[in-house]
Amino acid sequence: MTTYAMVIDTRTCIGCGDCVVACKNENKVPAGLNRDWVVEATRGEYPDLQTEFRSERCNHCGHATCVSSCPTGASHYWKDTNIVLVAEEKCTGCKACIAACPYDARLIMHPQGYVDKCTFCHHRVDQGLDPACVSSCPTHCMHFGMLDDRDSNVSRLLRERRHKVLLGETGNDPHVYYLL
Amino acid sequence: MIEEVLATARYNPKIDPTLGIWTWEISFYLFMGGMAAGIMLFAAWAVLSRKGDQLVFAHSRFALWAPVVLSLGMTTLFLDLEYKLHVFRFYTSLQATSPMSWGAWVLVLIYPLMIGQALSTLRQGYPMLAGLVNRVPGGGRVMRACEAQRRMIAWLVIPLAVCLGIYTGVLLSAFGARPFWNSGVLGLLFLISGMSTAAVLPILAGANPPERHFFEVVDIGLITAELVLIALLLINLATGGAQHIQALALVTGGQYTVPFWLWFVLPGLLVPVVFELVAARRYRWLGLTAAALVVYGGFMLRYLMVEIGQVSRWTDYAIQFDPQLLHRLVQ
Repeated sequence: MTTYAMVIDTRTCIGCGDCVVACKNENKVPAGLNRDWVVEATRGEYPDLQTEFRSERCNHCGHATCVSSCPTGASHYWKDTNIVLVAEEKCTGCKACIAACPYDARLIMHPQGYVDKCTFCHHRVDQGLDPACVSSCPTHCMHFGMLDDRDSNVSRLLRERRHKVLLGETGNDPHVYYLL
Repeated sequence: MIEEVLATARYNPKIDPTLGIWTWEISFYLFMGGMAAGIMLFAAWAVLSRKGDQLVFAHSRFALWAPVVLSLGMTTLFLDLEYKLHVFRFYTSLQATSPMSWGAWVLVLIYPLMIGQALSTLRQGYPMLAGLVNRVPGGGRVMRACEAQRRMIAWLVIPLAVCLGIYTGVLLSAFGARPFWNSGVLGLLFLISGMSTAAVLPILAGANPPERHFFEVVDIGLITAELVLIALLLINLATGGAQHIQALALVTGGQYTVPFWLWFVLPGLLVPVVFELVAARRYRWLGLTAAALVVYGGFMLRYLMVEIGQVSRWTDYAIQFDPQLLHRLVQ
């Protein structure tokens, strides 16, 4: 399996939300729905506060519970990679995948009713391009590439910098990393 | 202190601010599925125990209720689907890791069996309906075949009905992402609860006094088992990780404390078991009230479990965005 990863530098992310707008434009996500979002996390006690911005989305997990819970095979891995997609023509809208996702990263497309989510812009990845959110980031805090390639930008960053994943304890094996 | 706030607008319908993907339709389906499993089990028991003379209703009339009850539940399950035209997709593959997929196929196995079970009782319990089936070409032959194989059908019903009852709980407990559901106890709890709601139906349907008494005694045992399982469920949450402890807090001081204890445990379990223990045999209205409360409690268990489970979660972001603003902008 080819493992793609997104690496986001929380030290240079300013929470501008360009990634969110780029995703909506690229994937024509309807008004009122979002495949990605930005979280502002504040820790500590005043005046010793630390703020971190995190651009979040589907974590394209290696052990995706959304895929294993789908009763029709609509949720699946794309081309032997960890990129999780939903085959619209197989989706019944039963919403089991939504209940199974600990990140609440899925949404229901209305009025059609099938389940939708971040695709890591696989149509762009197929052409050797970065996802739209990564390409549009004005501070270049977002990086995308293959973890299997030791020389890729994402592999190098994860080797050199301290990092974390969200809810790693769920055992889902998420592949969106945050540099600290 | 840690505070996590959504800095960009996100308010995906039925996902934010807390999950609300499943409402009364799924609760009703789980309730009816459990009840159908219970009906099938008691109808099979009446045949296998050769107590047809004592359990007249369970032996000759009960089995027909199962397909009716399950079909009502399946109707609301269908109503819940967001993409209804694709319902056939459940039967184009078997996904080994998906309890919902297994459930869909169990239903395919169970329907012919429950119809066979019902047909085997029709001439005895519903002569008019049997007359109608007789008029259908081959109907009489099928009915006679089912009657001849009544005991074998009853033996086959037992494992499949147990699977159906347990499945209604496993459907929820399999979701590790929802801490309140994530307990192995849930499958057994839903099976026992389904049997309990089925046990009171002969009482409500006007079965004879010895049969009513039999089901009251059975129901006392089932409610007691249910109370033990609920206690185990709560202990399981209390001894789990941080997410499980937070999920438990929803019913021990949190927003679902009153609905859980005062709308479900008290009127749906404790009051009926006391009525059944103390005076149901002496006062029929008490028995009927207890039976109605058991049915109410069975539904409330599913309704609250479905709702509380969706509120319990791993992420907890504060949302500043008001979706009403977007509607105003579009207008």
